Parts: sequence; C-alpha cells; structure tokens
Amino acid sequence: MAANNRPLSPHLQVYRLPLTGLISITHRITGVLLSLGLMLFVYVLFAIASGEGAYLAMQSFMSFWLFKLAYWGFIYALFFHLCHGIRHLVWDVGKTFDRAKLDQYAVYELIASAALTLIAFIVS
Amino acid sequence: MNFKASLEKAADFFSVNKPTGHFWYQRVTAAALVPLSIWLLLLLNKALHAPYAETVDWLAAPFNTLAILGWIAAAIYHAALGVQVVIEDYVSDIPVRHLAIRVTNLVFLFLGVAAMLAIIVILLAR
Repeated sequence: MAANNRPLSPHLQVYRLPLTGLISITHRITGVLLSLGLMLFVYVLFAIASGEGAYLAMQSFMSFWLFKLAYWGFIYALFFHLCHGIRHLVWDVGKTFDRAKLDQYAVYELIASAALTLIAFIVS
Repeated sequence: MNFKASLEKAADFFSVNKPTGHFWYQRVTAAALVPLSIWLLLLLNKALHAPYAETVDWLAAPFNTLAILGWIAAAIYHAALGVQVVIEDYVSDIPVRHLAIRVTNLVFLFLGVAAMLAIIVILLAR
C-alpha cells in the first residue's frame, strides 16, 4: 500500500500552541461554525417571509434555552472572528509581527470580543 | 493577428481565478463585513424580540434592505472562500477535495439565493 506521507496541516495535537496559535485555530473553528450559522440566519429570514404565524413560532422556538445558548454562541463567534479578522487585515499590511505585539494584540482581541458580546447582550 | 494571445488576454481580464483572486476577495469581503455586520446584529435582535410588523418595517427601509442584501452577498462569498481553505488543508485526496469544494460552493450559492429570495418575498408581501 502506498502510504500518503505528505505533511498534514495544521497540526493541532503535536505541539503546545502559543496564544497566537490557539487564537488562530479558534478563528478557523469560529469561521466554520459561523458558516453553519448561515443556515440559522436563512431559517430566521424564511420565518419572517412566511408571515406572522411562522414568525411567532420562530420567536418561541428561539427563546428555548438551548437555542438561546446557540444564538449567543453565534454572536460571540461573530465578534471573535471579526476582531481576529481585523488583525489579519493589519498583518496583511505587514505590521505587528514582533513577539511582544503578537501577545499584546491577542489579549486585546479576547477582551474586545468578550466586551462586544456583553454589550450586545445588555442592549438586546 | 495572434488570436491566441488576445484570447488569453480576454480570459485573463474576465477570469476571477487569478492567482491572487482568492486572497484578494477574502480580504475585500472581510472589510465589507466589518460595517455590514452591524445591520446583521440589528436584524437578528429585531427578529428575535420585536413584534412582526416592526421587524418587517425595519427590513423594508431602503438602507436596511441594501445593507442586509450586501451582508448576505459578502458573508456567503466570504464563507465559501473560507471553507474552501479548510477543505484544502484537511482533505488530501485531490479528486475528493475538488468535489467537496464544488459541493460546498453549491450549498452556499443555494443559501445565498434562498436568503435573497426571502427578502424579496418579505418586501412584496408587505
């Protein structure tokens, strides 16, 4: 049997990831989860399009604790992906690559995404 | 006349499959999504808590309609490009990889068309 020895990327279990690495893989995971969340978004739009009865059913469905949790998970994923996405745009112009800045901005991102989620939760 | 050269030039002009195309469109949609996501949050907040008429009226305001349609287009494209990278990284079998990318692209296209159709239906039924 011809074994496929080509390297797989990115390795997740082999190394202890630095903070930037953890945030990087979280960026990817939140991206995939947000993509799945698009289905939920389309469901909400279809509920609105189907008239008031379907709309009210959707609202009561979404007020069940499990779906509420999923909804706020989606919102947090959105803010996290947004904050790290902005840093990717900063990296694209070649800035903030030194070690101190990497860790510093990683902490800023985590604080900003948590704060934005909290603000959204309070004003909702 | 060198038809091949001009054909290549035309293909180059109209193609989105330039070597830097994926990278560039990922960034352009990302930048667009930064402001547009505010409208997504406003819509979701209305849809989950507000009375029916209020949500429909909000969605029917021209600027809100435009922003939500823009968000759908940018988000769907951004998601398709992103999932493509994930598939390329983890699916090493080339034919399976290409099939997986085509299938996910079709799913995202379907979701985007469905979302825009829903918006049209909401506006027409109002």
